[in-house]
Amino acid sequence: MDKPYNNKAWFLVLPVFVLVALSAIIPIMTVVNYSVQDTFGNNQFFWAGTEWFEDVLRSDRFWDALNRNLLFSFIILCIEIPLGIAIALTMPKKGIWVTVCLVLMALPLLIPWNVVGTIWQIFGRADIGLLGHTLDAMGIKYNYANNIFDAWVTIILMDVWHWTSLVVLLCYAGLVSIPEAYYQAAKIDGASKWSVFRYIQLPKMRGVLIIAFLLRFMDSFMIYTEPFVLTGGGPGNSTTFMSIDLVKQAIGQFDLGPAAAMSLIYQLIVLLVCYVFFTVMSNVGVDKPDARVSE
Amino acid sequence: MASITLDKLAHSYYSNPKSDADFALKEIDYKWENGGAYALLGPSGCGKTTLLNIISGLLVPSKGNIRFDGNDVTHLQPEDRNIAQVFQFPVIYDTMTVRQNLAFPLVNRGVPRDEIAKRVAEMIEVLDLSGKADKKARGLTADEKQKISLGRGLVRHDVNAILFDEPLTVIDPHMKWQLRTKLKDLHRQLGHTMIYVTHDQTEALTFADKVVVMFEGEVVQIGTPEELFDEPAHTFVGYFIGSPGMNIIPCKINGNTANIGQASINLGGSYKASEENTELGIRPEFVSLSTDKKGIPVKVDAVENIGRFKIVRANLEGHAINAVLKEDEPVPADPTLKFETGRINIYKNSHLVRAGG
Amino acid sequence: MLELRNISKKVGNSLHVNDVSMTLENGSVNVLLGPTLAGKTSLMRLMAGLDRPTSGSILMNGQNVVGIPVQKRNVAMVYQQFINYPAMTVYENIASPMRVAGVDAATIDRRVGEAAELMKLTPYLDRTPLNLSGGQQQRTALARALVKDAELVLLDEPLANLDYKLREELRVELPKIFAKTGAIFVYATTEPQEALLLGGKTATLSEGRVTQFDRTIDVYNHPADLLTAQTFSDPPMNILSVEKVGKEFVFGSSRVDVPDAVATLADGRYRIGTRPHHLLLAKPVGMALKLESKVSTTEITGSESFIHLHSSGADMVALVHGVHRYVIGDAVTVYLDQNRLFIFDQNEKLVSAPATFSQD
Repeated sequence: MDKPYNNKAWFLVLPVFVLVALSAIIPIMTVVNYSVQDTFGNNQFFWAGTEWFEDVLRSDRFWDALNRNLLFSFIILCIEIPLGIAIALTMPKKGIWVTVCLVLMALPLLIPWNVVGTIWQIFGRADIGLLGHTLDAMGIKYNYANNIFDAWVTIILMDVWHWTSLVVLLCYAGLVSIPEAYYQAAKIDGASKWSVFRYIQLPKMRGVLIIAFLLRFMDSFMIYTEPFVLTGGGPGNSTTFMSIDLVKQAIGQFDLGPAAAMSLIYQLIVLLVCYVFFTVMSNVGVDKPDARVSE
Repeated sequence: MASITLDKLAHSYYSNPKSDADFALKEIDYKWENGGAYALLGPSGCGKTTLLNIISGLLVPSKGNIRFDGNDVTHLQPEDRNIAQVFQFPVIYDTMTVRQNLAFPLVNRGVPRDEIAKRVAEMIEVLDLSGKADKKARGLTADEKQKISLGRGLVRHDVNAILFDEPLTVIDPHMKWQLRTKLKDLHRQLGHTMIYVTHDQTEALTFADKVVVMFEGEVVQIGTPEELFDEPAHTFVGYFIGSPGMNIIPCKINGNTANIGQASINLGGSYKASEENTELGIRPEFVSLSTDKKGIPVKVDAVENIGRFKIVRANLEGHAINAVLKEDEPVPADPTLKFETGRINIYKNSHLVRAGG
Repeated sequence: MLELRNISKKVGNSLHVNDVSMTLENGSVNVLLGPTLAGKTSLMRLMAGLDRPTSGSILMNGQNVVGIPVQKRNVAMVYQQFINYPAMTVYENIASPMRVAGVDAATIDRRVGEAAELMKLTPYLDRTPLNLSGGQQQRTALARALVKDAELVLLDEPLANLDYKLREELRVELPKIFAKTGAIFVYATTEPQEALLLGGKTATLSEGRVTQFDRTIDVYNHPADLLTAQTFSDPPMNILSVEKVGKEFVFGSSRVDVPDAVATLADGRYRIGTRPHHLLLAKPVGMALKLESKVSTTEITGSESFIHLHSSGADMVALVHGVHRYVIGDAVTVYLDQNRLFIFDQNEKLVSAPATFSQD
């Protein structure tokens, strides 16, 4: 919408510009800087060009981490989206229970992420954790510190516990906006519950599902805090996701060059996937209508 | 197709209604014949949507029952009553094509595939949607979508009645016209019992064989369009039907004349003398203006030219009165008016009284 | 006085408003008539200052107002969907523009009282909008617009969501109420009848362009082109494609003498238009085009009948007095009075309109 021109507005925006410049643009440019240079410390820099990028793209370490991220995101989306939809469908639309349910759903989202990691870390321990102890008592071998499979399962469970609520809330908002007449018409048409879901609810939730998908993909692909707190990247490097690897390289090993290059590549991958995904999802099944939004 | 009987039906949205005023729908006792086209006409809040929802099964009435062809359906769910409903805004399945939309109710009822194909093809023909049959329903115009909503009801042969809840609300006036005619056509062709709820009298009168006029939860009159026009049983009907509505003017009756202030009007017959709560009703179409000295002098307040005719807003002895002049008729300089005797209706306590009584 | 000079509004690839120029006088009633998506709302938004035109200028009392935000302009706008502040009472709703302007409490009280009186809302001042009927909610929105004492009042199909009868009543009241304030009154509608009932001047819109802007009854009687005639007609005007050969118009096997006023027209194809109520069942005095047709449907409105006909490939509608019950397929002869024809040329421009009886 074209608002009339207002010069004063620019002054109000100036502080934000400054802030964004300091907190985002300058740091990013620093990273770019590091990614094309080599240093032995003491502020001595040698131009490295694309050397770091080539190194990173050739290293197994990078590809392993990338694959771990992709696998993780894939599993997360497969679980959280359908689960979120299912929970949203069962939530009441009217009455006092609505508020209760919404608050319950919001709770996991309010917990600081490293606290989430800590909660699950303790939860899974065989000696003092509820889960660990119960499994132990049942005779099931479970140790997320030593066992790769257990570590993955725990991280996945943690993420599902933490973030499914977001999907639920988004889907719920989409569901609640469907006018009653659609359900009435479906009743009159004799449609089964599944048909109602497939032909009315799901299509009408399209918008919110796209958002949910995008948000969960981006967040899970960039995941850092929770697995770091829980397993530290172990056992070995079985849960070393790209972000964790990056930090190890940059801070642990002080390999700024490769780390910077890798972080740029990482960012580009995220942007690319999101763009492709968003374009595809928005256009799937849409006949180009020629009607504008009605007056 | 079925006849619909309303047996002492009434409804209140309160769980403990104490008085008549608590009832959104006051007691109604009526039978609608099989295959008829009926309209429920009335202003907002008159109870017509309540009545429609009771017929469709979306609402269970607090009193009385409703029967289709003699079978009590009062507590049956909509899907078990074999009715079809068209809502105010088009309700279609976005992801399906037109063809799939129309086939949907049949698919859900387990009708064999070739039967479905045949009936859907017929319906597409009837609704003039042939060019768009395989397009996604989402991309169609509002009136085409409403046709699809309607088609989903008509495509089922077991339909007892088709209910319309102000279906032309979102349609462009230009298309409203066409869709209305189409509905009438379909009724002629297919013969379903159709019940149409609206607040627009033109829609009601053109569509229905019989119109049920409702006001504040009560059925005020049920009649053919001509009956409602010529002899409204209640002043509300007179006012509501016709554009502009009937002139209702307080008067005093004395045998076969009515007196409005100083003016004296000859009535067609002899009425019981009455002074209180008595009104004379005459439609503007039957009020003529001329320079005839024998007429009743009036003062013209305004003239509205709407092309086809002119509405003259005049003042008769302090009461507002409207007259209709034809396109080419001039408004006289010192106008007097005359009432067409045979078209005068007399109302006592808002109800019609006939001559001789 | 509001002046629009060559206003256009482009959104993406389409022109929502296409080169519109018009002048609106103070105290005038102006109707924007056209189907949905014709550009009425877009045009009103430009007038109000909610949008900037892509090109052209808007002058209010001689001053260029493009770029001045709507809050600074003296404009009131009422929408189709009754828009009121849901949490405030009717009193507060009506008072809100004055509170924003910093008017003192005594004046607010008086003016709210006056507006409520005019809009018949006095018994409802304590209620919130949700507890009001549609008509009352819209009256609240109208009252709020009224107290603003704006120079420009824009109403976007304000009565469309109201009952038929309520619409009739408000249609009569509205122009009178706003005329008293001396504001420029702009009313958008899709219904020709409303335009005629409101009077004043009408601008017919189609696809972003104003096809004609004149006194309402003049646009009705002398539409500049076929598009305007169609926009301003409900039910639609009956259009026949005829051929002028010498002194006659030929349509299929029927022919009629060309009216004297247009005897000098060049031979060729023309489109003639007849309003439904000028299709007659009986031969009129004077000459007429006689058409043998078949009935496709009849609709009865109590005192009149709409008869839908089919004749030589053309679909027509006749509006006749009285109740006529025809059956589908009945043969009916209709007459088009020679003196009631609108004649449009190949470019759909008006060549001749029927003489109208006019007292003013």
